[in-house]
This record gives sequence, C-alpha cells and structure tokens, in this order.
Amino acid sequence: MDLELNEVAVSAAGKRLIEDVGLRVPSGGLVGLVGPNGSGKSSTLRCVYRTLRPERGSIRLGGRELAAMSLRESARLTAALTQESQAEFDFTVTEVVEMGLTPHRGSEADRGGYDPAGALRAVDCEHLAERGFLTLSGGEKQRVLIARALVQRPELLVLDEPTNHLDIRHQLEVLSLVRRLGITTLTALHDLNLAAAWCDHVHVLSRGRVVAGGPPSEVLTPETVGAVFGVRAHVVEHPETNAPQLLFAPAETTKK
Amino acid sequence: MTAPSAPPQRAQLHDRRGPREGALAQSHVSVIPARGALVRSATRRKGTSVVRQSFTSDDSTSSPSATRSASDGVPPGVNGSNSVERTNPAPTARQDLTGEVHPGGEALERKPPEKRPARARLPLLCTLFGAGLLVSVVCGVALGPTGIPFGKTVELLYQALRGGVVPAEDAGIYYIIWDVRLPRVLLAAVVGAGLSTVGVATQAMVRNALADPFVLGISSGASVGASAVALYGILGALGLYALSTAAFLGALAATSLVYLVARTSNGLTPLRLILTGTAMSYGFSAVTTLLIFQSPKGNAAESVMFWLLGSLGGVTWRSLPVAAVVVCCGIGYLLLSGERLNALAMGDETATTLGVDPAGFRRELFVLAAAVTGVLVAVSGAVGFVGLMLPHLVRLLVGADHRRVLVLAPLAGAVFLVWTDVLARTVAAPEQLPLGVITAAIGVPCFLLLMRRRGTTLGGR
Repeated sequence: MDLELNEVAVSAAGKRLIEDVGLRVPSGGLVGLVGPNGSGKSSTLRCVYRTLRPERGSIRLGGRELAAMSLRESARLTAALTQESQAEFDFTVTEVVEMGLTPHRGSEADRGGYDPAGALRAVDCEHLAERGFLTLSGGEKQRVLIARALVQRPELLVLDEPTNHLDIRHQLEVLSLVRRLGITTLTALHDLNLAAAWCDHVHVLSRGRVVAGGPPSEVLTPETVGAVFGVRAHVVEHPETNAPQLLFAPAETTKK
Repeated sequence: MTAPSAPPQRAQLHDRRGPREGALAQSHVSVIPARGALVRSATRRKGTSVVRQSFTSDDSTSSPSATRSASDGVPPGVNGSNSVERTNPAPTARQDLTGEVHPGGEALERKPPEKRPARARLPLLCTLFGAGLLVSVVCGVALGPTGIPFGKTVELLYQALRGGVVPAEDAGIYYIIWDVRLPRVLLAAVVGAGLSTVGVATQAMVRNALADPFVLGISSGASVGASAVALYGILGALGLYALSTAAFLGALAATSLVYLVARTSNGLTPLRLILTGTAMSYGFSAVTTLLIFQSPKGNAAESVMFWLLGSLGGVTWRSLPVAAVVVCCGIGYLLLSGERLNALAMGDETATTLGVDPAGFRRELFVLAAAVTGVLVAVSGAVGFVGLMLPHLVRLLVGADHRRVLVLAPLAGAVFLVWTDVLARTVAAPEQLPLGVITAAIGVPCFLLLMRRRGTTLGGR
C-alpha cells in the first residue's frame, strides 16, 4: 500500500514545524527521512501516524485520504514506532506486544500475520516474553516495540529512529528485518550511512522543508550533506555492498 | 426493597454512632422484605470475573499463515540476507535473525515450561476474593457492638432473602441485621469497589501511579458543599438528602472547574490535569476551612472533619440504589475498556497509533471518574487511601494489564472496605472511627510490605 504526502504543512503552538512537504513511498518500498535535529522528521511522521493534524496538504494511504479514515481504521493499516516512553506501569513484554492487536479487536476478519510469540521471535526477543518492559535496556525495548508493530499487521510501517539505542548488530538486523518484511515503510534515520545502505529513497529535510529526494547515491552528496548538516562529507563506495558511505569531518577543519 | 419501618434518620454530620442498635433492637418487625434486589446486584458482581481475553492464553504455537512473504528486496550485504523468517517452527534446520542455526528447530520446540504467575493467578484470585467478599459481608453483618452469632446471622440473612419467617424472639436481632448492618456493609462493599476501580482508571488517565480519584478536586469540592449544608443549613428543603446532594453538587462543580481550567487545545493532558486538580483542591479546602471558622456552630470543625475522613454511619437502604447502580455501570464500562486503558497508559502517541483517541478517551474517563467518585463521596464522605493503594495492591498481584486489574480491583476494594468498616465500628465501640483512619492504618504497612517483597519497579525506577 503506497503512501503519498502532498504539500503538507503543520504548526504547533504558533510555530510552523513543516511546510510544503511532499514525498511518496511506493508500495513495499523503504523510504528514509534524514535531516538535522529539528528539521521536521518527527513532525512529518507524526502527521502520518496522526498525532499531528496537518493544516494543509493531503496524506493518502493506498489512494485514500488519511483524514477521512477513523483513527481505528488507520491504526489497522499503520503501525508506528514512536520516540515516546512511559515509566509508570510495568507491563510485561508480552502484554506490550499484545497491545498491537488493539485496533483489530472486534473485527475478527483475517487473522493472518504475526501472533505475539511469533513477533517476539522475529525480533530475537523470545527470551524476554515474561520480563517487565521497564526492566529492559533501550535496545531491547526498541525491538519489543517493533514486535508490537508486527502484531499490528500493518500495511505501512512508520518508524521514528528505529535504530536508536541499538547496538550495531541489532541496528543492521532491524533494518534487515524491515527489508525482508516487505511492508511499505517510512523511517526517520539519524545515521546517514544506514539510510544510504538500506533505503530505496532518501528525503532530506531542512528547516521543515524537503530539500532533496531520490535514491541515496543521488541525494547524499557532499554538497547536500554539507549544506544541510554543516559538515564536510566524503563519499566512498562500500567495498562489499557498493552502497555509498559517507565519511565526515567538521566544517572548519582544514585539509592536511 | 426498603425496610417497612425505617430507623430514625439523621442527616446531620455529627451523627457518629449511626442508628443506635440498642434502641432499634426493641422495635418490632412484622413484615419481612422479600429478596432484596440490591443484595443480588451486589453478589452478581462475581459474574464479572471471567473477562479474560482468549489471546492471553499461554499457547505459543503460532498460526501457520506465518509472515508476509519474504521480500525480494535483498539487503545490501549484512548477514541476514538469506535467512527466512517464519513464525512456524519448521522441522528443518532453521536460521534465525541472530544467524544461529537451530538443528531440527529444537531450540524452539524444547521450550521450558513458562512461568506466568500473574496471568495464571487471576482465576484463582478472583475465586478467592469473590468468596472472601461473601464471607466478609456475613462477618460484617455479624460483627459489631451487638455481637450476633455467625450461625444466627447466616440463618436470618437466608430467611430474609427467601422471604421466610423469623421467630418473634429474633425480631430485634433481625432488625439490626437487615436494617442497620446489611445496608451499611453492602454500601461499604459498593464504595470500596467503586473507589478502587475508579482509582485504576484515574491512574491510567493521568498516567501517574500516585494519582487517586480525589486528584481531580472531587473530595475538596464535595467538602465545600457538605460543610455548607452542615454548618449553614443550605438546601434544607431537601431534608435527608441535603447533605448528599450538596456534596455531589460540590464535587460536580469542582471537577467541572478543573476540567475547564486543565483543558488545552489538545484536550486534557495528564500533567496539567494533576497540577490543576491539586491546586484547585487547595483552593476548595481553603473555602471549607473558611466556612468552618465562620460557622455559628461550635463543634463545626469536628463534625466536618469526621465526614471528610469518611464514614458509613447512618446508612440505610435508601443510600444504596444510586451508589450501586452508578458503581456497577462504571465498573462495567471500564471492564470493556481494559485494552484502551493499556494503550493510554503507554502514552498518548502510542494510544493514537493503536487506534485509541487519547483526548476523547480521557474525556470519557474524566466524566466517569467524576460521576462515580462524586456519588460515592456523597454517600460516604471522602474515604482516602482506597483509590490510591488498592490499584497498586492489585497490580502487585496480577500485573499491570488493565484487563486483569479491572477484574480484581472491585472485588479487592469491596473486601477491603467491608473490613475497614467493621474495624471502624468495633475498635473503639461504641464510638466510631472515621474510615480514613483505618484505611491508612491497615493499608500503609500492608502496601509497604508487599512492595518490598516484590521489588517491583513501582512508580518508576
């Protein structure tokens, strides 16, 4: 199911967060959002998973206007991994994962896809099933939340920094899993190299606007990265995967 | 369902002893009420203990429909490119995400018997607490300044329920049982169940485990109304109902004010709700204090204080129906909302992505908490501790999942408050103690003990 944003704008507390954001995630595609802190990545994602209401523009999921769907309806199609965390209620891991079934409750239609145990297995967290969610490390929490997203059986995955807190192996494994699932995915990523290696398309956000978009090799150029992030970047080819990789240096450093 | 000859009614705040049993024992009983509808509504609550969703079962065998088909988008490099992920343990060698190979899927099939104490315990606990509630009610009726043998209590209660005949020499005792003690015990159960359940809902609503139903300014608002009646005779036209009505109106006014002040363009936000409620509570308490000090009556402070700490003195059958119906509706609604409460407890964004509108749901919970607590405060004063601690105790027993907590919380709350009330009227008999004193005296040590034993991450780490 494809996702299309057109001229989306949103403000909060009188401040414009994103302006005229347009991008498309083709069905089954993995599209990354990169940009400096405060550039509007999370705001864009929030519009898609509906905790922010766009003032202008349209968001279409599978050709249908998102704003015209009920929250429950869109939650059956979209699963999201947010940056939010709470520390009051000590749910077990299984309970947290089961929450992914919430939007499907009452509609006993097709129950294909992951069950909670299978989802935990998929993210390599079976052994945590009865642990308290609050006792987990950041990376374990992240993987459990991904398992919850799988249980939700979404057509669209929205991931806000899915590799946050993960060690390098689990970073690669999470992206590898997302890849293999083949679900349409829109993800914000801090790490430009992960974006370059895994995403079909990358959109670069700066001050609330999309300043570049396309295949990583065309978008993540020294010029764009330099202009948007204020660092100097060199692009090299990964010797094994041929993916573009970026090497960074502070902007003010002079060459030796 | 009302008794043929109601005991002398007192709506005064300073009625600390309730109806005097000695005097009542001499009054006659000629007609025995048929089965009380209220009795049934209270015992029927047992029936609600079955709401356990099927998917919480321990069965971990997954559906063979497995996952979505593995994508053709092979990741560039990295180990997992050729691994196939299935939710169904296949009898062949299997490579999982970690890259480890489990020959014959052995690692998956040789599952150690899992301990799921919190889940497995629920039916047992419900049976225990359900039976405990019945026993507690009988004990609550039997125990008191006028001791009544258990056998006699059970027999008389049975006769009352089936509309039988009571021998003339038992008439006095029967009167105490049916018209003085039973309504009081049942109301204790209703109040306990209500406060405990609403406590659970309030804590999820403001996402703070230290919240209780009174955080919304309900009790302090009710106290303003109650003091106005007690000290100045406002609403005198309503007679017996003046106090309850004023307390309820006070609670309603206070919560409405809290709601209006706490409201933002994003609906009610947890922190703002707590802070507003707390600030307003101080304000209302100040008004109550002012009323007391300006009062023409001498013992004003004492009588209002007694009411504020909670008391079931002077309860009759007439106090029961409204409270019971409101509490039952509240519990029923919450039992159906367990999953949504879980989602809300995880955070507003998470709730949204799970299809639960946090603003709308929080509004529903606010109205429910205000209505139930307002009614309860009107009939019993502000009984502290129950709404704060019982949800914690229940969570220590069955875990945080609201689908389980909400099944046990009403039962546990009912049992707790029945015994609290028994103590309140026996410990210092013939004087009665405020319920709040007893709830704190029992609850605090009990709670601390459980918390230490479990070593949970209660209230965050």
